[in-house]
Amino acid sequence: MTGTDTVARAAATAGLPQPFAELGLTAGEYARIVHTLGRRPTSAELALYSVMWSEHCSYKSSKVHLKQFAAKAPPSDALLAGIGHNAGVVDIGQGYAVTFKIESHNHPSYVEPHQGAATGVGGIVRDILAMGARPVAVMDALRFGPASAPDTARVLPGVVSGISSYGNCLGLPNIGGELDFDPSYAGNPLVNALCVGVMRHGDLQVAAASGPGNQVILFGSTTGPDGVGGASVLASATFGDASSGDAAKRPSVQVGDPFLEKLLVECCLELYAGGLVTGIQDLGAAGVACATTELAAAGTGGMLVRLDEVPLRDASLGPPEILMSESQERMMAVVEPARVDEFLAVCAKWEVRAAVIGEVTDTGRLVMTWRGEPVVDIPPASAADGPVYHRPLARPAAQDTLAAADPAALPRPADGAGLRADLLALLGSPGLADKSWVTDQYDRYVRGDTVLAMPEDGGLVRVDEVSGLGIALATDGNGRYCRLDPYLGTQLALSEAYRNVAATGARPLAVTNCLNFGSPEDPAVMWQFAEAVRGLADGCAALGVPVTGGNVSFYNQTGTAAIHPTPVVGVLGVHDDVHRRVGIGFPAAMDGPGQGPAGILLLGRRTEAEFGGSAWAHVRHGHLGGRPPAPDLDAERRLAALLAAAAAGLLLSAAHDLSDGGLAVALAESCLRGGVGCRVELPGDPFTWLFSESAARAIVVVRPGAEAALGRLAREHGVPGTAIGTVGGDSLTVSGCFAIPLAELAAVHAQTLPALFG
Amino acid sequence: MRIGVITFPGSLDDRDALRAVRLAGAEPVALWHGDRDLRGVDAVILPGGFSYGDYLRCGAIARFAPVMSELVPAARAGLPVLGICNGFQILCEAHLLPGALTRNAGLKFITRDLRLRVENARTAWTRAYSGGEQIVVPLKSGEGAYAADPGTLAGLEASGQVVIRYAGDNPNGSAAAIAGVCNAAGNVVGLMPHPEHAVDPLTGPSADGLGFFTSVVARVAA
Repeated sequence: MTGTDTVARAAATAGLPQPFAELGLTAGEYARIVHTLGRRPTSAELALYSVMWSEHCSYKSSKVHLKQFAAKAPPSDALLAGIGHNAGVVDIGQGYAVTFKIESHNHPSYVEPHQGAATGVGGIVRDILAMGARPVAVMDALRFGPASAPDTARVLPGVVSGISSYGNCLGLPNIGGELDFDPSYAGNPLVNALCVGVMRHGDLQVAAASGPGNQVILFGSTTGPDGVGGASVLASATFGDASSGDAAKRPSVQVGDPFLEKLLVECCLELYAGGLVTGIQDLGAAGVACATTELAAAGTGGMLVRLDEVPLRDASLGPPEILMSESQERMMAVVEPARVDEFLAVCAKWEVRAAVIGEVTDTGRLVMTWRGEPVVDIPPASAADGPVYHRPLARPAAQDTLAAADPAALPRPADGAGLRADLLALLGSPGLADKSWVTDQYDRYVRGDTVLAMPEDGGLVRVDEVSGLGIALATDGNGRYCRLDPYLGTQLALSEAYRNVAATGARPLAVTNCLNFGSPEDPAVMWQFAEAVRGLADGCAALGVPVTGGNVSFYNQTGTAAIHPTPVVGVLGVHDDVHRRVGIGFPAAMDGPGQGPAGILLLGRRTEAEFGGSAWAHVRHGHLGGRPPAPDLDAERRLAALLAAAAAGLLLSAAHDLSDGGLAVALAESCLRGGVGCRVELPGDPFTWLFSESAARAIVVVRPGAEAALGRLAREHGVPGTAIGTVGGDSLTVSGCFAIPLAELAAVHAQTLPALFG
Repeated sequence: MRIGVITFPGSLDDRDALRAVRLAGAEPVALWHGDRDLRGVDAVILPGGFSYGDYLRCGAIARFAPVMSELVPAARAGLPVLGICNGFQILCEAHLLPGALTRNAGLKFITRDLRLRVENARTAWTRAYSGGEQIVVPLKSGEGAYAADPGTLAGLEASGQVVIRYAGDNPNGSAAAIAGVCNAAGNVVGLMPHPEHAVDPLTGPSADGLGFFTSVVARVAA
């Protein structure tokens, strides 16, 4: 077929075969499009529907489960905008609102690590910007295959340099995140990027094209062939058959320009401040197709777009490519006709290219023309809403085999020397080792409001310089726990992020999530997904923190081998006065002369022999089996309230949550962070006390003189506490077991990542 | 006492420099790259960041910004000027300071709190320190390795134009561990480390960096 495939031609050539399957659409989906339109789609319409109905954009397999987040949401007066917006918006008081979201860029980061990870940062930053907020910080949760695998040496440094170059050049501090390794991520690394932004209550922008006659403006970068088909093809198909040379599925990763994104951020904020925007949407996956259909569907309902007006960097692009292009650093705004000149002047000040490409109509149709002829004419909601699937799900029989492989049968260290060796092995293992090799490549200082950043439990950013109001953030996930039990594992991830935020002294307020799973077409994976979502929704209800938004990444698998189910949970908290923040480092110097050594307390739930999915079983035995630790959401809630109250009362000089590697790793990290040793007496079986990963626990150091006040507060909150030792000296000493000089701890902790990655 | 901070497209630490000026007791004045106007300020800071995306070469494009046509003659006439990180790179490109900044020896971006030694406490921006004093200030850069030909380096050492040196590790392979230099008159100073990120222990490793800003306040007030 030559020439443009116009609406008129489509109506006249009813039976023409079309490549819907190559674009990722099923025969049923294609039939639905034909039924909706009353004719075959044009090639531009086919492209539009294919990207809009991709798993990535439509959530067609996950929607029926994700509904629980709203249905089970606890009552919260903190929510200004919830799920369904580009990102949720949370009221943090004093007239400030915060928006935050985490999103995956897994597949592009495997294909081209640097650009894949870089554009992942760029995409999530535009999501936050589109809500009306100034982006103020980013975080990254990263998971790779075995640290020693040759492919990890290709992927990890590229991912880190991509995040570094994009985030640093954009001027956003990177305040934390995660780094873990597991063979299940070989071939499917997880690169999840979080961004948080701050605005005043009145600054919230809407993603809707309302008001017939209002102008539609595309601004930012030009449109090129980057990532064409990325949304439907790249993000939804496995790489298992990549070697077969299937050209239609050849990945095409977008290339980022952080300098332009920085200009776009400043430009948008000036446009908002001038009241020049009535609706705005960022361009991410599915580019112009997604922005136009979603803006139109959420607004008056109609839009006329002249595709010839889209500024191109490749003149050979036609309507389908223009619609599908995922060129980065683009935004679409709806502007009143009388304000267009002012709008364009602001863009010119920031040297951002802008073009009026259409207008809002009341026809109820999204119409796009090319060379004067209609090439798209659809009801926008038909593309924006998309199909909904109830995928079959089945608990795999292998779950029972896994659960039966009880870690209690694993050989344990016989004496103090054995415990010492186990602690050093954990501390030097890639997942628990010092992450400076990664985090030193990120700017954590820019903007001058970073109060806590990695390796602290949570990132903490000042919002108001006068009042000290701030926000804390942490992300956590644990694929091993979730593999053993996705329901409990997801609640453990939520619990840990919630506890991490509380450990800084903040009050947890809201939750975002990035759900990384294998293929939804596999009933076993779908079961994992359903369990994880149910676990998170129930957990959020119990903790009283609503889910404000999130992202689903399916098809993280190679052939039939899926990754561990890995929901990554981000928790946002508010800190009333960041001057009262609490860090993980043991205090090197006492507060006053004549004071005794500061006491270390273990607060929270009883320490049980819980080793299923533990770092100890993984590192020392390569073992994964049994049951994960039992979550205890009531205990988490009480512990978090105690930590926040103790921080507000200036009772603590350090706090550190217990998680991977248990008390042993937490003590070592607090010693290393503070540059001071400690002496600990364990009240029971040293192995269990040191390495158990029982939930709802934290260690704190009490300010000298505040012991009685903390004791009262702990009783009020119903949180048990055990005095386990004191801070001081230059070694980590466990009485009757071992002593490890700080220098030895530091060397073991620091050497791993540089030795692996140079 | 008014101190200007120039924002170029891609400047990032301009906000932090403005805050540091305020904490030092002076009035911060935002200056725009496209204006041929220094608004009568008493001193100027070129902040960190990635002006023009560091495309072509760090600082190479910013050097031609309209505001620079005002700044260069003013600096030559004695106006105190401090370039931090990208600002240092711009001052080198504009030939207000000798030498150049090149890729870090490890080829990776480095963010690290570093111990620095103040070698010259007589410049417009370092008089609040004493010679030989050690301070802790963050470094955050990918192209921070100071380079100059042997003759220039020898000249800088002989004339006391090495203002700041890395006191511990030389993190980026800078010649003679140089972290900052000044012009012959001592009014123009360039630094790779970021003193504006060490003005408050709440948000930085120390408050050791505040002295750069109080130095110029004291000088201009005197």
